[in-house]
Amino acid sequence: MDFTFLMQLLINGLVVGSIYALVATGFVIIFKSSSALNLAQGEFLMVGAYICLYLVLQHKVPFIAAFVITMLFSALLGIVIERTTLRPLLGSPVISVIMATLGLASVLRALLQIFFGVDTIPFPEIFPPEPVHIGPVPVSIGYLYSLCCVAVLLTALTAFFKYTKSGLAMRATASSRQTALSMGISVKKVFAMSWCIAAMVSAIGGILLGAIRGGVDMSLANMGLKVLPVVILGGMDSIAGAVLGGLIIGLLENLCGGYLDPLVGGGVKEVVPYIALVLILMVRPSGLLGSRRIERM
Amino acid sequence: MLKVENIQVVYGDSMLVLKGPSLEVPEEGIVALLGANGAGKSTLIKAISGLLASEQGKIISGTVLFRGDNITGMAADDVVRRGIFHVIEGRRVFQELTVEENLAAGGYTRKDRAGFRSDLEFIYDFFPRLAERRRQSAGYLSGGEQQMLAIGRGLMARPQLLLLDEPSLGLAPLLVQEIFSLIRRINTERKTAILLVEQNAAIALSIADHAYVLENGAIAMSGKPEELNASGEVREFYLGISEHGERRGYKAMKEEMRSAFPAHRA
Repeated sequence: MDFTFLMQLLINGLVVGSIYALVATGFVIIFKSSSALNLAQGEFLMVGAYICLYLVLQHKVPFIAAFVITMLFSALLGIVIERTTLRPLLGSPVISVIMATLGLASVLRALLQIFFGVDTIPFPEIFPPEPVHIGPVPVSIGYLYSLCCVAVLLTALTAFFKYTKSGLAMRATASSRQTALSMGISVKKVFAMSWCIAAMVSAIGGILLGAIRGGVDMSLANMGLKVLPVVILGGMDSIAGAVLGGLIIGLLENLCGGYLDPLVGGGVKEVVPYIALVLILMVRPSGLLGSRRIERM
Repeated sequence: MLKVENIQVVYGDSMLVLKGPSLEVPEEGIVALLGANGAGKSTLIKAISGLLASEQGKIISGTVLFRGDNITGMAADDVVRRGIFHVIEGRRVFQELTVEENLAAGGYTRKDRAGFRSDLEFIYDFFPRLAERRRQSAGYLSGGEQQMLAIGRGLMARPQLLLLDEPSLGLAPLLVQEIFSLIRRINTERKTAILLVEQNAAIALSIADHAYVLENGAIAMSGKPEELNASGEVREFYLGISEHGERRGYKAMKEEMRSAFPAHRA
């Protein structure tokens, strides 16, 4: 029984951690290209979950189609937001941009409340409810789908950055904006693209999280906050770091929640990401995989 | 080919950095733009390449014509697409990217895959040291190699006009010689016109067909290298090349010191 419990905690941790990783990746992409923290990341996630849910429940759209439409919508949302709120701030101090994303978060949250109310909306069962057994451990199929989905997405993103021209342009811009400009790379396009990708991966994270939890409400946006320790832990400008940080925080949360919470009466699960964050930053100030600039000796 | 006419540039809406200089680069020519630190040389070529906008600079009057088209104040990416590539000062390679990825970024505006491939091979032939390091992070290259990469990256865009900002900056004299002979070869072998900004006047004049001296944001003089070299005044005041060489200069300074501090005589 003990072993099964541990395995379940580990699997929970991996699944939740992988979703953290996905959302954190969106966060890192924006940070790398424009050195701005996007504090509306959690709201992006919520928008995705609500739109998908709305399509499935109200318009009886099959889940896969709803998923695709949500992606398109999120991509559009990312571009529109970049155009209307971020681009006018181009060249202003980073702190203004961060404040703008904070405002954006409030606006998005309020809009969602107006359209969908504040009650939890149950997520339809898109995965068969009976679990599969891996050895003695029962695992929900939703979890497996979620893990696979994140793995595929992260691989695809990595390939995108490594092998496509747009990916190269984004990495070049992250490395040096003015030099990228001098190559004829349109930095505006790169910004738009990074917001577009960030909104899409967050939306996927939102849908997966909604499906796993079985319901969608405003608390989903807290993920945006949770992602902050994840990215700082991994190193603000490293996608691999975001993935690693996500998995670590997910596992840590679930293990501590499972073993320590019963002993102290709860609360450890919520605090432990931040404790880990502080400890790791003491040893490695730039995060686990964050870049310390290359210095030639 | 390129014609800059009475261009005026301000930074941050207040500081007039360029006070209406004009210059011309002929087809397939090498033109040197000389002058002291802060004379406005870099600003002038940023005004041509459109990079001014990224530094809160603005062209308030004057025109930039490229092959007859008015490109004044055009966005940087459109300028590159028209065939002008600006290799910016301080060999700023993308440190985290490999050598080959840096070159690929230089060819970002290219559409022809075959030409892209053959240019890549050309650049590796031209700069064999880059070929050896094509998979390495550019941040680990030596200063000279980074400068070669910055120039090679520019060639990947197949420009008709290459704007080079201080290619000699911070390099050892032998490397400077090597870089400049490569610049000369680019000009003759690829028929690329070059506008060269330099503080090292002697070496710039050795490869240029024509030169301008910029002082306080205005053209102080221009002419063929041999004309500029011939005038002693020009050499002393604008080009920093002393008439009688280093040793004489040092001796003269010692004399001055002695008369200023007679106590040393004892």
